[in-house]
Amino acid sequence: MSTNILMPALSPTMTEGKLLRWLKKEGEAVSAGDVVAEIETDKATMEVEAVDEGILGRILVQEGTDAVSVNTPIAILVTEGEAVPDAPSPPATPPTPAPVTAPAAAAIPATTMPAATGQGTGQEARRQARGQARGQRIFASPLARRIASQKGIDLSALNGSGPNGRIVRRDVEQATIQPAASSAAPPTATVPAPVQDIAAIAGDTPHHTVANSTMRKVIARRLSEAKSTIPHFYVEVDVELDALLALRTQLNAASPADGPGAYKISVNDMLIKAAAVTLRRVPDVNVSFAGDMTVHYDTIDISMAVSIPDGLITPIVRQADHKSLGQISAETRDLIKRARAGKLKPHEFQGGTFSISNMGMMGVKAFSAIINPPQAAILAIAAGEARPVVKDGEISIATVMTVTLSVDHRVVDGALAAQWVSVFRSVVENPLSLLV
Amino acid sequence: MSTSQFDIIIIGGGPGGYVSAIRAGQLGLKVAVVEAAHLGGICLNWGCIPTKALLRASEINHLLHNLGEFGFAADNVRFDLEKVVKRSRAVSAQLSAGVGHLLKKNKVTVINGFGRLDGREGDKRRVSVTPAKGGEAISLAAPHVIIATGARARVLPGLEPDQKLIWSYREAMVPTTLPKRLVVIGSGAIGIEFASFYRNMGSEVTIVEVAGRILPVEDEEISGLARKAFEKQGMQILTGAKIVSVSKGAETVTLKIEAGGKTHDMTVDRVISAVGIVGNVENIGLEGTAIEVDRTHIKVDPYCRTAEKGIYAIGDIAGPPWLAHKASHEGVMCAEMIAGRDVHPMDPLNIPGCTYCRPQVASVGMTEARAKDAGYKIRVGRFPFVGNGKAIAMGEPEGLVKTIFDAQTGELLGAHMIGAEVTEMIQGYVIARTSELTDGELKETVFPHPTISEAMHEAVLAAYDGALHF
Repeated sequence: MSTNILMPALSPTMTEGKLLRWLKKEGEAVSAGDVVAEIETDKATMEVEAVDEGILGRILVQEGTDAVSVNTPIAILVTEGEAVPDAPSPPATPPTPAPVTAPAAAAIPATTMPAATGQGTGQEARRQARGQARGQRIFASPLARRIASQKGIDLSALNGSGPNGRIVRRDVEQATIQPAASSAAPPTATVPAPVQDIAAIAGDTPHHTVANSTMRKVIARRLSEAKSTIPHFYVEVDVELDALLALRTQLNAASPADGPGAYKISVNDMLIKAAAVTLRRVPDVNVSFAGDMTVHYDTIDISMAVSIPDGLITPIVRQADHKSLGQISAETRDLIKRARAGKLKPHEFQGGTFSISNMGMMGVKAFSAIINPPQAAILAIAAGEARPVVKDGEISIATVMTVTLSVDHRVVDGALAAQWVSVFRSVVENPLSLLV
Repeated sequence: MSTSQFDIIIIGGGPGGYVSAIRAGQLGLKVAVVEAAHLGGICLNWGCIPTKALLRASEINHLLHNLGEFGFAADNVRFDLEKVVKRSRAVSAQLSAGVGHLLKKNKVTVINGFGRLDGREGDKRRVSVTPAKGGEAISLAAPHVIIATGARARVLPGLEPDQKLIWSYREAMVPTTLPKRLVVIGSGAIGIEFASFYRNMGSEVTIVEVAGRILPVEDEEISGLARKAFEKQGMQILTGAKIVSVSKGAETVTLKIEAGGKTHDMTVDRVISAVGIVGNVENIGLEGTAIEVDRTHIKVDPYCRTAEKGIYAIGDIAGPPWLAHKASHEGVMCAEMIAGRDVHPMDPLNIPGCTYCRPQVASVGMTEARAKDAGYKIRVGRFPFVGNGKAIAMGEPEGLVKTIFDAQTGELLGAHMIGAEVTEMIQGYVIARTSELTDGELKETVFPHPTISEAMHEAVLAAYDGALHF
C-alpha cells in the first residue's frame, strides 16, 4: 500500500518550509534513512530522510515550491509493482464511525462543540485533542496534554524532547515562554500582511522584485514581534579596551605556532566571555518574561548574531561562563564557519539566554539592537577607536568602544540594566577575571 | 613504560562506576574500571546489600518472638550472631563476584588499584594507577574519564570510630557480640536501619538526632509515624539533641546529651556514628585541573560534566542524593552521552528514597511542606493500612500512604509511604512521575486485589473524590 512522505517539522519554530531540491527521482528505489529531499527551513537548509523503504512513486510538490506547510504530503512512496495513485492517500483514520460512537455524537449537538466556553471546557478541549490525535497520533505525556489544554497550546506544533521524541511537560512550558514556537497559526497578526500589490508600493519607480527566503520571512516576523511586543529601553556605556587588547596580545603570543594546542583568541571571544562573567555576577538579567512568572536560567548560554548571505542566525556558546577563552574561541570559529555554510543543527541556534551583536569590525560608532525573544537583553557592540579621555584632569588617549544594552523593561528595570553595564565595563577594563 | 589506550576510564567500581562500565561496554566502547578495594563498592560490600541481609535476619527474629498472633508457639528461640553476620558477608561476596563476571562479559578491563588523574597525553586524559598488589604504577589514557570514587562516613570530633566502642557503619555490620545498650547518632537512612536491626535483635536502642525529627528528609507526617512506631518497639528517641560530652571507659561509653531542655546521662556498650558522608576527593589528581570541589563534592552540570572537558563525575562524589540508584542512573546516562546517544538529565524529584527499617519508609518527589513552599495549590490524599485487606491478613496493619497532587494540573508532586513492603511498591509512583501521569491515569489504573498496593490507589482517590475503603 502506498504511503505519503510528509513535509517534516525540522525545528520547533518551523510551520512551513521551502522544498529546495529533490535528491531522488520518480521511480527510484528508496530505503529507510536515504536522503530524499532538501528543505529550507526558517534557519537553515536541512535534509529529509525517508522513514520507510519503497519506490518514489510520485512527487507532489515540485522543487522550489515555497511555504509548504508542515505535514503536507510532498510525495507518494509505493511498494515495488504497485500502481502509483494520482493523489496522496488520506491520513490514516479509523474506519467509518462504528455504530457505538454514533449515539455519543448525537448526544453532543454539533453546534455546541465550537462554543466550548464555561463549564466542561476541559472536557471539550480533551475531546478535541483526542479527535486530533486520531488524525495523526501525537506522542505526549498525560501531564503535557493537560497543561497544553489548560493553556490553549496546540501540541501538534511542538517538538518533543522526551524519550523517542515524546512531548513532555518541559516542552509545553517552553512553548508558553516562547510564543513564536507555539503559534501554529499563520503569523498574520504581527507581520505586515503579505503585499500583493507591488505597484502600490513601487509606483512608477523602475524596480524589480526578489522573492523573500523563508529565513527573511522569519526574521521579519520575529523582529516585528519583538519590537512591537517587548517594551525596549537602552543603556549605553563607553568601555576602555586597552587592557583587554594587551591581554589578548599576550595570550595569543603564548600560543604555539600551530598544532593541536594552538589558538587565536579574538576580541569577540573575550567579549562573549566578559558578558558571561557579567551575567554570572548580575544573574537577574539572565531571564525571560513569561506572564505570571519570570524564568531565571541556571545556565548562561550566549547567542551571537552572525550575518550570513541571506540574513542572520544566532549560534549559541552554551555555558560560556564555564568555558575558557580557548574553548570559546574554538567553538565560535566552528559555529561561525558552519553557520555560513548553513550546516548548523537546530539545537545549536535555538535557545540561548542572552545575545550579543557585534558590529565593531564594521566601524560603527554605536547602535541599538532588537531583543531576541524570549531573552530579556541583547548587547550591541560598536567599534573600538582611539578617543581622548580625561583621567585625573588630564586628557589622554585610550581605545574606547561604545556598547548599548537593550533590555526588556517588563523584567529588567533601569537600575539593574545600569548595574549590568557598569559591571561589564569593569570586567572588560580589568580583564584578568576572564581567565578565572 | 607504555600507556594502555581506552575510550573511557572509570575511577571507582561501585554502583556508579561498574554500571557505567557495563553500559559503555554494551555500546561497544573500550572501557577500563579502576577499583582500589572491592567491585560493587560500598553499596554491595559494606552498605545497601549486606545491611538488607542483616535486616532480614532481624525481621525473622521479630516474627519468631511474635508467633502467638498467628497461632504458633515456639520455645527457646535463639540465634547465632556469628552465623547471621556470616550470611550477610556471603551475600556480599556472591554479588561482588557476580559484578566481576558481568564486567568480563562486557569486555571491560578491571584494574585493581588506586587511580588518579595524571595530566594529558595529547588530546587524551591520563590516569595513573598504583596497583593494589604493589609494584610499578600503571598508566592509562582515554578521551573520557568518569570519576566515581564515592564517599565515606563523616567523622565527628570525639566520635572517631575506634573499632571497639565507637562504630562506623563498617564495624556495626560485623558485630561479634550483641551490645545490650546502644546509642545511634544520626537518624538518616543508615542510622535508622542500624537502630532497627539492633532493636529487633534485642538491644536497647537510643537514637540521637540533631534535627527536630528523625528521617529529616522525609515528609514530616511520615517522620512522626516512624517515631511513634519505633517508640512503641521500645526505642528511645532524642531529637533536637546535642552531644555535650563523650567519655570512654574500658567496656562502656558514657554520654551526656541535651535534648528538649533536659540533660540525659547514659552509659552504653556501643555507639554507632551515622552522621552523613564526605566525598572521596583526596589524592585523585583534582589539583591543577579546572574541576571545582564544593565541600568534598565535585561540581557537575546536569549531564555530570565537570568544568574540565572530557572529565565527568557521578554518584556520591557528584552530590546528593547519596543513593546507589542515582549513581547507577548517572553512570548509564554518562556512558550513553559519551557514545553519542541522546540523553536526558535526571530529575532529582524522580529519584525514590527507601529506608528498610521496620516499618519501612519510601518516598518520591516533594514533601507536603516543600510543595506548599514552592507555591503549589495542593490536594493531599491519605490512606492507612488499616483499611487494606491484605495488610490486615498479613498482620501488618500499621502504615500510611500519602499522595500530594498539584490541584491545577493533576501532577503527582510527591508520594510518601510507611509500612510493610513499601520499598517494593514505591516504583509504581516513580513510574507515574517519570511518565508524567496525572490523577486521571492513576485513578483509572486497575490494581490487583488483594495487595497492599491497593492502598496506593486508594491514596490517589482520597486526594480527589474520596477513598472507597476508608
